[in-house]
Amino acid sequence: MSFSGVMRPGHCSIRVMEMEPALTHYVERLGLIKTGEDRQGRVYLKAWDEHDVFSIVLREADAPGMDYMGFKVHSSADLDRFEVDLRAYGLAVERMPAGELKGCGHRIRFTIPSGHSIELYAEKERVGNGLGYRNPHPWPEGLKGMKVYRYDHCLLYGPRVPDVADLFTGVLGFNLTERVVTPDQSMIGAFFSCSNKAHDIAFIEHPEPNKFHHASFMLMTWEEVLHAADIMGMHEISIDIGPTRHGITRGRTIYFFDPSGNRNEVFCGDYTWYPDRDPITWDTEQLGRAIFYHDRKLNENFLSVVT
Amino acid sequence: MNTPPAEVYRITLADSGEAFPCTARQNVLAAMESLGRKGIPVGCRGGGCGICRVQVLGSGGYRTLKMSRAQVSVEDAAAGICLACKLIPERDLTVRALGLLRKAIM
Repeated sequence: MSFSGVMRPGHCSIRVMEMEPALTHYVERLGLIKTGEDRQGRVYLKAWDEHDVFSIVLREADAPGMDYMGFKVHSSADLDRFEVDLRAYGLAVERMPAGELKGCGHRIRFTIPSGHSIELYAEKERVGNGLGYRNPHPWPEGLKGMKVYRYDHCLLYGPRVPDVADLFTGVLGFNLTERVVTPDQSMIGAFFSCSNKAHDIAFIEHPEPNKFHHASFMLMTWEEVLHAADIMGMHEISIDIGPTRHGITRGRTIYFFDPSGNRNEVFCGDYTWYPDRDPITWDTEQLGRAIFYHDRKLNENFLSVVT
Repeated sequence: MNTPPAEVYRITLADSGEAFPCTARQNVLAAMESLGRKGIPVGCRGGGCGICRVQVLGSGGYRTLKMSRAQVSVEDAAAGICLACKLIPERDLTVRALGLLRKAIM
C-alpha cells in the first residue's frame, strides 16, 4: 500500500503525579529509552524499534491522564492541507511552533468531539533504532524489562463517538476497522486505522469528555506478553486484566497501570488491515466477548476506570 | 534480612461492619485485596482513577500518599476523603466507601 496523509501514531503526552516512579515504570519495566528532557521538566522517551527521537512525553502534574495524542503525517504538504480541511470542517486549529516539543517540527492541534486534543505534525528528528541502516542486526543488546517495540495506539473515552468517526474518516482519512453498536444501531465504540494495523486509535462512548483509557505498546509474540506479565509480578505492578485475548482486533493482551493510575497495554498479534476490507461490527450483547474473548464478560473496571 | 514487625491496625467498613487487618506498611486497599476481602471498589491502585474513594470517619490517625487532585480536592481531603489505595493507617480506622463504579455504556 502507499502512504499518504496521516502515517502513524507519533506521540502521546501522559501526565504523571511523580516523575521518578514514572520513569522507573516506563524505562526499567516497559523498556522505553529516555532520549531527553526539556526546561519544563518534561521527559522524552522512545521504544527501541522506533526511529524518531521520541514517542512518549511524560509531564508531571497533580492529576494523571493524557494531554494530547499526536500523529505523524506523510509530508509538510499534507500537514498544510489538513490545517485547511480541519478549519473548513469547523474546528479551531492551534499552531504549536517547531521545538515546543524538543526535536519535533511544528504541530497543529485541535479538539475533537470527544474532548480530546489531537495533533498532527510532519517532521521529527530521526535518530534510528540503534541498529543502523546497512546490514543491521535484528535487535539491540541491553534492552530492559518488557522490551516493548513501539508505542502503538490509544483507546480514549468520551462522548459523541459517531461525530468522532465522521471527523477521523471524513477529514483525516482513517478507515473504520471495527465498531460496537447498540440494538438501535448507534455506534458506541469505534476503532480506526490510518495504516495496515487493525487500530491506530479507538474510542468508546463515555459521558465525561477527554478521558484516557490506555496507551498501548507492541510486542511480537505471546511468549513476550507472558514475559511482560512476569515482570509485572516481580515488581508488583498493578495488573488490570490478562494475559488474555481481545475479540476486537484479535490482540493478545495485558492491561496494567502506571504508578499514577494511567492504564497501559502490552499486546501482540492483531491482523493486517487493508482499506478494501469491510469493517467488523460487534453487537453490545456480545460486548463481553468483543473485549475479553475468553472470560466473555467485561471486568468491572473496563468501562469505569479511566484517568 | 528480617524487617521488624509492623504495627497492625483494624480497618472497619462503616456500611457492612466488616473489618480486616492492615499494617502501617500497607495501604488499606492492598490490605483488603490481599485477604480476598471486598467492600471498597478496586481500580488503578495508583491514586489516579478515584474508584476507591473513601471517607475516614473521625479525625486524624492516618496519612496519605500522592493522589489525583481531580479525584480528591483540598476540601475533600480536609473532610477525611481520600483514595484507599493511598491511605496508610496510624490507628484503627472506620471508613465508608464512596466511589461508585460508573457504567459508561447502556
